[in-house]
Amino acid sequence: MTVTALLFASYADAFGADSVVLDLRPGATIADAVDALRSRPGGSVLPSSPLVAVNLVYADARDTLEHGDEVAIIPPVAGG
Amino acid sequence: MRAAITSAPIDAPALLREVAQPANGAAVLFLGTVREQNEGRAVTGIDYAAYERMAELELEKIVREACDQFGTEHVVAEHRIGHLDVGEASVAIAAAHPHRARAFEAARWVIEEVKIRLPVWKREEYVDGTREWVGNHAGTPSYEAADSRFPIPDSR
Repeated sequence: MTVTALLFASYADAFGADSVVLDLRPGATIADAVDALRSRPGGSVLPSSPLVAVNLVYADARDTLEHGDEVAIIPPVAGG
Repeated sequence: MRAAITSAPIDAPALLREVAQPANGAAVLFLGTVREQNEGRAVTGIDYAAYERMAELELEKIVREACDQFGTEHVVAEHRIGHLDVGEASVAIAAAHPHRARAFEAARWVIEEVKIRLPVWKREEYVDGTREWVGNHAGTPSYEAADSRFPIPDSR
């Protein structure tokens, strides 16, 4: 299955992209998606368990992903 | 209640008018503005970026929670994105309530939650022409704390 990982701010700069399509095994978790990203060029910028939102809602690293999910990797926020 | 992510300059008086009601004896307006220095470096401007679709939803959640928690329907919040010069407002929160304590508390609560939860990032520009993504100085949860911090905990 595939999911789309979204990258922002310093993470997007490090990857040189603001989105990456990941091919994951069925039943893969958020943590699996993060591991897949960390193995890519630029991936060392990511901590082992970054904040993640799936389909616009903050999610837990242990949550299971589904085909087509939008997986946003959230750098430390800096609003206000 | 209303929440918005906007690329247009924030019209702060309009937010105050929006929360004004005859039953409200107090209205508070908070503005966050671009400061001319950060950690000793002279700042010339800030680019704000957002995960816009989520930020809009998250800001709505924050405002909704503030309304429920402080007993009012009259809270509005806007966060601006794009390039801002020093002195411009990046965020505005207006809160009104029959009594002042709740109005102050609601506005304060919203800005503190924005600092922690809103998927917005800022890249400061310095006088020497360099630019750098910076984090909030307080309140941003550590990565390791993410599991305990999200989803949003019960009332505080």
